[in-house]
Amino acid sequence: MRLYDLASVCRSKNAGPFQLTIDLMFRTRSDYDRAMAAGNFTAEKIASLYRVDPRSVAVKPFERILTIKVVIPRNAPSGAPEDADVYGSQQHFPLGNLEV
Amino acid sequence: MKTEIRYLSLCGMLGYGYAPASLENALKGGLDFIGVDAGSTDPGPYYLGSGNGFAKPLQVRRDLGLALKPALDLKIPLIIGSAGGSGARPHVDKTLGILRDIAAEQGLRFRVAVIYSDIDREYLKRVAAEKRIRPCGGAPEFNPDCIGRLVNPVAQFGTAPIIEALKTGADVVLSGRCCDTAVFAAYPVMRGFPAGLALHAAKIAECGALCARPVGANDSLAVCLRQDSFTVEPPNPARKCTPDSVAAHSLYEQPDPHCFYEPEGEVDLRNCVFVQSGARAVTVSGSELRPAEKPCTKLEGAILRGYRAITIAGIRDPAAIASLDEIERGVRFAVRESASFVREGDYSLRFLRYGLDAVTGKNEAPAALPGEVGLLIEAVAPSQEQADALLGLARAKALHQGFPGRKATAGNLAFPCSPSDFQCGAVYDFALYHLADLTPGFEMKLLSIPEA
Repeated sequence: MRLYDLASVCRSKNAGPFQLTIDLMFRTRSDYDRAMAAGNFTAEKIASLYRVDPRSVAVKPFERILTIKVVIPRNAPSGAPEDADVYGSQQHFPLGNLEV
Repeated sequence: MKTEIRYLSLCGMLGYGYAPASLENALKGGLDFIGVDAGSTDPGPYYLGSGNGFAKPLQVRRDLGLALKPALDLKIPLIIGSAGGSGARPHVDKTLGILRDIAAEQGLRFRVAVIYSDIDREYLKRVAAEKRIRPCGGAPEFNPDCIGRLVNPVAQFGTAPIIEALKTGADVVLSGRCCDTAVFAAYPVMRGFPAGLALHAAKIAECGALCARPVGANDSLAVCLRQDSFTVEPPNPARKCTPDSVAAHSLYEQPDPHCFYEPEGEVDLRNCVFVQSGARAVTVSGSELRPAEKPCTKLEGAILRGYRAITIAGIRDPAAIASLDEIERGVRFAVRESASFVREGDYSLRFLRYGLDAVTGKNEAPAALPGEVGLLIEAVAPSQEQADALLGLARAKALHQGFPGRKATAGNLAFPCSPSDFQCGAVYDFALYHLADLTPGFEMKLLSIPEA
């Protein structure tokens, strides 16, 4: 199953002009646990999907509301000539494709 | 001693609008002040660099126009933060102009404390030379060589300048760039309420009813702050807060859901408790401030990158869609050959292929070729005239570029508009998006509107 299909919310947004935050929210505890336990849901894997340095990727579980936050650097700063998504709101893919 | 403070956040961003009934309902509950945050770096560096507001003057005039008179009638302050979105001097002065227009239109008289947060370039040079500037939120190292070219450098100050402004007794506080939280935490901190709770409440309030369901950055949120807790409730009966909706808000646009940082220090949310308290209200307790040991202020500034022109066209021909790389190569070559009016290396051309790979780019392998592709061609150059000419060359060449197997030999592109090309004006970068261990100075002036 794709992470996008498992999550009830799968969204990306700027966390400042140089970083993106991807929030994954789950309906049930077991969905949340399934994502957390997935072998490929790692900073290294995410870094390779987004072509960024693994040391700059953070995965932050927020158990209370069954949410996982992923923070990654942007490929280009928001609004710079190299950027194609000023708000960063469509960068939840390719992460959404991860098999969990 | 006051036991509670009640305030209203008009909406998530000045200009986004709110239901007039939200304001009316909140006024019935009694308010100590009304606040509204206008600040955001989200729309990109253009707005800081250009001095233009992200929300349009008519939007801002509507939102302030409804709230100003009730605030004056009740003699409660109206606090506006990060005026004009970016909060540099031109943005503040444009918002001041809007306040004057509203005063003239409604026959209002009031005093406004205006706070500017622009920073002096010479001061910035000294701070940079002392190596006191470090990257914020993934920004690259600061390059002091850019200081001379910085446009509208500002310091994002905390509650202190707004408290000083409130102490003047002004009816309206119009602040330049400040922390979103400062708008809503300044008054409670001034009155001796715990800073941790005040800042956490402010962090939620600055987004309006974004913490409610249905979400509404375009609606108001009422806050009641006490010594040991605070309660948030949307005054619009169509919305409600739940413990989860309020807790989830601490995720929004934030790198860490467990804490956030303000000039006052680190606000720790790990011990927070969220409780439903009434049908549509949530009470929060447990937020704690760990005061900063050293001052820490975020600085923002833009530099001009060039000027942009774009064209948009559709492509239906399957052979053309299959040959987009080839077409792009041909266009780049032809532009290089003909663009004698600009040095190679001083301009950039970009091809964004919507329907194929424009949005996530090289991070995703393209799917099967679609039936149609939207093509955006962009030129960025040192002057608008050069960008226009480069785009003209690129657009004409892309229309007629040949490729193997071409059948539609009359043209590759369907333009939706005549003229097909659009001037987009200046393009900026955030060259300054950094933290410095300084307590920012600010300039405050007290004005009477209308002026005597």
